[in-house]
Amino acid sequence: MADLVKLTIDGKPVQAPPGTLVIDAAKTAGMEIPAFCYYEGLTLQAACRMCLVEVEKMPKLMTACTLPVAEGMVVRTETPEVAAARKYMLEFLLTNHPLDCPVCDKGGECELQDMTFRYGVGESRYTEEKVHTPEKQYSPVVFFDAPRCILCYRCVRICNEGLGVGALGVVYRGVGSEIAPNKGDHLECDECGACIDICPVGALTSGIYRYKTRPWEMTHVATICAHCADGCRTTLGTRNNQIIRGNNRDRSGVNGEFLCIKGRYAFDFYDHPERLQAPLMRVDGKLEEVSWARALEAVAQKFNGTLAAGGSFGVIGSNHTTNEENYYLQKFAREVLKTNNIDHHRTGDVAALLDALSGKEAALATAADLYQRKAILILGADLALEHPLLSFQARANYRHHQAHLYAVTPGPVREDKYSVVSIRVGGPAAKVGGDLGVIPGRDVGAVTTGPGAAPVGGPGVVPNPNAGAPSAPGPRWAPVTGPGIATGDPSGFCHPHNVEAGPGDYFAALEHLRERLKAEPELVIVFDDSFKGQDIKRLVEYADSLGIPVKYICLVDYSNSRGALDMALTPEFLPGYQPSGQPGMRVDEMLAAKLDVLWVVGANPCKAPGAGDRGPGFVVVQDMFLTETAKLADVVLPAACAYEKNGTVTNVTGEVQRLKCAVGAMGAKPDLEIMGFIAREMGVAAALGPWLPDLVLEEIRATVRGYDVPAPALAFGAAQTRPVNGRPSSETRPELVRSEHNGLFDSGTLGRYSRVLNSVLEKRLSR
Amino acid sequence: MTFSPQLEARFEKLLKSYPPGRQRSALVPMLLYAQDEVGSMTDELIDEVAQRVGVTPLQVNEVLSYYSMLHRKPMGKYHVQICTNISCLLNDGDKLWEHACKRLGIGNKEVTPDGQVSLEEVECMGACSWAPAIQVNYDFHHFITPEKLDQLLDSLTKKQ
Repeated sequence: MADLVKLTIDGKPVQAPPGTLVIDAAKTAGMEIPAFCYYEGLTLQAACRMCLVEVEKMPKLMTACTLPVAEGMVVRTETPEVAAARKYMLEFLLTNHPLDCPVCDKGGECELQDMTFRYGVGESRYTEEKVHTPEKQYSPVVFFDAPRCILCYRCVRICNEGLGVGALGVVYRGVGSEIAPNKGDHLECDECGACIDICPVGALTSGIYRYKTRPWEMTHVATICAHCADGCRTTLGTRNNQIIRGNNRDRSGVNGEFLCIKGRYAFDFYDHPERLQAPLMRVDGKLEEVSWARALEAVAQKFNGTLAAGGSFGVIGSNHTTNEENYYLQKFAREVLKTNNIDHHRTGDVAALLDALSGKEAALATAADLYQRKAILILGADLALEHPLLSFQARANYRHHQAHLYAVTPGPVREDKYSVVSIRVGGPAAKVGGDLGVIPGRDVGAVTTGPGAAPVGGPGVVPNPNAGAPSAPGPRWAPVTGPGIATGDPSGFCHPHNVEAGPGDYFAALEHLRERLKAEPELVIVFDDSFKGQDIKRLVEYADSLGIPVKYICLVDYSNSRGALDMALTPEFLPGYQPSGQPGMRVDEMLAAKLDVLWVVGANPCKAPGAGDRGPGFVVVQDMFLTETAKLADVVLPAACAYEKNGTVTNVTGEVQRLKCAVGAMGAKPDLEIMGFIAREMGVAAALGPWLPDLVLEEIRATVRGYDVPAPALAFGAAQTRPVNGRPSSETRPELVRSEHNGLFDSGTLGRYSRVLNSVLEKRLSR
Repeated sequence: MTFSPQLEARFEKLLKSYPPGRQRSALVPMLLYAQDEVGSMTDELIDEVAQRVGVTPLQVNEVLSYYSMLHRKPMGKYHVQICTNISCLLNDGDKLWEHACKRLGIGNKEVTPDGQVSLEEVECMGACSWAPAIQVNYDFHHFITPEKLDQLLDSLTKKQ
């Protein structure tokens, strides 16, 4: 950084790279220039006039949010003239702003309140009646109170640019201006609530939090969202042992400020009326509430009795439990129950990826890589719905760094709007890895023998008639193939007339894609469960053939799906992908095998209708709710949810983050504690070690390959587990890998118990 | 949505008049021409124009709710726009406005029951030298007095 621009702000010498805005340069030097409309990372608006500063040799006050630094510039941010300008601006903003701060949700953390306080606008010269319009509800999540709005356009921009949704706009003009939703009187959007959090005043409020509490009465606990695998940090505001809101305004965690509806609002499953609060035991064929002591005793006796009799055990783990719980569970199964019959629902073939990447360094991408790398190839997944954080990162990368996006997907995706190349392949009915057509080992342009000209690569190939065509179905303003970057439009909208017609022929389109990728300096490949087993190996070979550095993300579904694999809730591996030697049974085999004891921790394997026959064995289930599986159990032990316990989880990109207990559980216990109690009751606790999350984590860090992450990194943020080099050299079972492809408003079994996820209109529209 | 060949040709020309990626610049003229043909900004028209220029229907709505010349409801066959800004006001433009309201029995942005005439109080239309001025559809009329306005309205209703 040799050519920094030197300037003076408030008498202090400041250096900043060329192009930096004065408001940002001042911030780096520790001076805050107030602003409502300016927001880091969004386009400039210059609407609020709060950031006016005095600049020497400039005739008028300048807006610091649009003024780039210049050599020798002398800026003063707090002169009497500046203060007066801000004071009068505030007076204007307050002309119609209601003085309902005592009941406003924003009261106490309102930027308008803070500025009014700072610049002392104690009285108003306006005696006219204030314009008042009643508040409106745009969705179960979003409420709009027009008189409070100061028209900073932050919500409009975050929705349009940040989320790529464009569901909010400003209609009418002057004093009548209003934030309007995209469907006339209601919203159809991601319901993420970013517009609410970003609002500097209380104009947009959330249906979940409004009128519940004052901000200063809450305790804030930063933990990790319990839903998808992206591992966003959500800061829960709690009061009286209740979670009242979720947000991440302090930008900690891998997600910065980003959260989707699940992270912001879908914590509400924790106090669902159907939460189990006492253990249940089958007495005379019916599940009855019993004491913990009795339930644990029954489980321990059965476990010990079965062990003594040489009976068979099966253990099914969860995609949601912590690394510590998973580690302890597999240790319990292997060392105490002496079985390798341990598995969970696998949602992505991470093992095959690690296998294929043997010997490669730094080949696993983090969430940050999606924001920084020059090119991204998305295979199969509709990222915006299934992995909203990863989609957000890629979109921000496109907006800020003009990254090149490529999408090869079965249906239209949001990335089409700004991708360099989008290709439709495979019908939704045949979403097989081979269909994605980027698989080498065949010449592009080759056809299978026999009737038709289906692309080679896998069974059930259905060539998509829209492949490579610029007018595939989807939002009508979103072209399938188009140089979105050429428009330079940060909103990402791109006009169909500009679309460079991609090759109409399927194979030519794929060849075109390969040529484009070869020209990239680097690439991140994101793929879902349409790639597994050998397909991943071929994908890595394909990427190698491009001759550029490539990093990968293997998508998995849930909050700790990755951790469940890493901690070896699988019959074929030990923690850290060491081969287990003697693979035991998989989930389906365990369910079919009529084992003497089946122990299900936090999973719902009998979800499918018809899986109701559990056989003669003894079934123990640990869960938050009476799921289909729990209904079949002999003993149900009520488990604490992710927001009621400590531990660590590993997200889709292999980054380990800490869960922090936000509220106490009523009657339920964390799974780790339940397992520890069972071990104590069985008299085997000594062999398994203490069941405290921190101590189990120490053991994981010391023994599990890849998990020797630095403790400080873990304390404050996320630490990526080290890629495992060296072949797992074990038979993997790609056919067991099946993603649920949960959209924004679904979250497996857990999603059923979230009121907010089920209340939004979009859920019924099944986006 | 289908338009007349003339309008289609106009759209085509408009979309080519701007640099690549700036087609949204054609939005306002397209809306104006489309309104002349369709009569008002229908939902269908909004969706169609949005798709053609590559913006969302909401963005079209932002624009058309900003400009007073674009109407969501059909106006009369003769849309009478009376200026009451400063120059016209000094020359009794306000009285002209009141007279028109009284005579037609309608208010701002309202249409006579027969759908023939509609009224709108508008801001300065750049005819200050000939104040008070009114505009009927795209035609200007200068130095208007209540009597002249009556004559004008009579002739309009006679034309039918």
